[in-house]
Amino acid sequence: MLEWANIIAIVMMTLSLLMNMWRMAAGPRTLDRVVALDTMYINAIALIILFEIYLDSVLYFEAALLIAMMGFVGTVALSKYFLRGDIIE
Amino acid sequence: MKKIFPHPVLSAWLLVLWLFIQNSFGLGSIIMGACVGFVLPIVTEKFWPNIPKIRSIPKLVRYIAVFLWDVLVANIQVAFWILGPQENLRPRFLYVPLELTNKFTITVFASTISLTPGTVSSHISGDRKLLIVHCLNTDDDDATVREIKERYEKPLLEIFGC
Amino acid sequence: MAFWLEIVVSFFLVAGAAFALIGSWGLVKLDDFYMRLHGPTKATTLGLGGILLASALYFNFNPDVAGVSIHEVLITIFLFITAPVSAHMMAKTALQKHFDYVGGQQDPLNHPRNVHTIQEHDLSGMDESQIPDGDEEE
Repeated sequence: MLEWANIIAIVMMTLSLLMNMWRMAAGPRTLDRVVALDTMYINAIALIILFEIYLDSVLYFEAALLIAMMGFVGTVALSKYFLRGDIIE
Repeated sequence: MKKIFPHPVLSAWLLVLWLFIQNSFGLGSIIMGACVGFVLPIVTEKFWPNIPKIRSIPKLVRYIAVFLWDVLVANIQVAFWILGPQENLRPRFLYVPLELTNKFTITVFASTISLTPGTVSSHISGDRKLLIVHCLNTDDDDATVREIKERYEKPLLEIFGC
Repeated sequence: MAFWLEIVVSFFLVAGAAFALIGSWGLVKLDDFYMRLHGPTKATTLGLGGILLASALYFNFNPDVAGVSIHEVLITIFLFITAPVSAHMMAKTALQKHFDYVGGQQDPLNHPRNVHTIQEHDLSGMDESQIPDGDEEE
């Protein structure tokens, strides 16, 4: 049962990744794309964790942690750039 | 003592974080974590805002419980709003006058608002007295503002006192 | 692995994925930028929280899998701290760029009690052309 639940969850996460990708392609503004990218980061973490359960290993948690950090820093830096034209003042 | 450990809570927290990252509780990890907890607060001392003292721990626990419950229940509500027809939604900008004065408490308050579904804190005025919040669906602006203040700001005022 | 535990883990996995899916659907469907921001910041965060909880239960209470894993707690805490901050940054940027919104209110930044201070909004030192435009060039 767990295998099936896991596969269903993976399919759902893939679908939501595709939706985010649509929003990223459609725009209409740059900031909309940033929001889509931010959501994609979070969904990618979820996919990694689902994959870990699928493989029965805990090897990829560092990757998930790194993606979480990079996603946050990237989003804030991009927003700040569009807000002020400068990231570090 | 104050000079060696400027932020004792932060030091303890860093030690716990380090053990979590290492995923082990051996002696080596504890020593390394203690070093991290000792050095980092001293190096970053200048950047830390003035964090007020917690006055009542039971109230803090209660606040966290209310917060987690709200996140869960209201998220289901928002899921139905998103799935339902969009014409039924009435998005509004709300203006929440702030009674909190401390930077740290305001941050906690704004983050709580953002994580409780249906509202995103969008802007804070320059004098830190007005918080602009975007609400996904509300029937009565004033009632929603009052509820936010009653539910989150009042307990925060009681916990931190400013 | 105990059957009831399997049921609990499966439930949290599917529920979390469903929340994330609804968040992304909101991102696609809703009309204006501010409404779209609600989906990713909250539904997706809670969805990932559910999946992480399932993963924590699975790896810590399963005798077939060797090892203890508490990284989930770390990721969850980190996410719950950072999600509102990035949402606030994006909403603030959208307000400064005067993105259009549904609802027909006056511009929130023009509210009489919204005070602009120098350190918050002074762009006078900058050349106007250096400020990037958030809008797409057609």
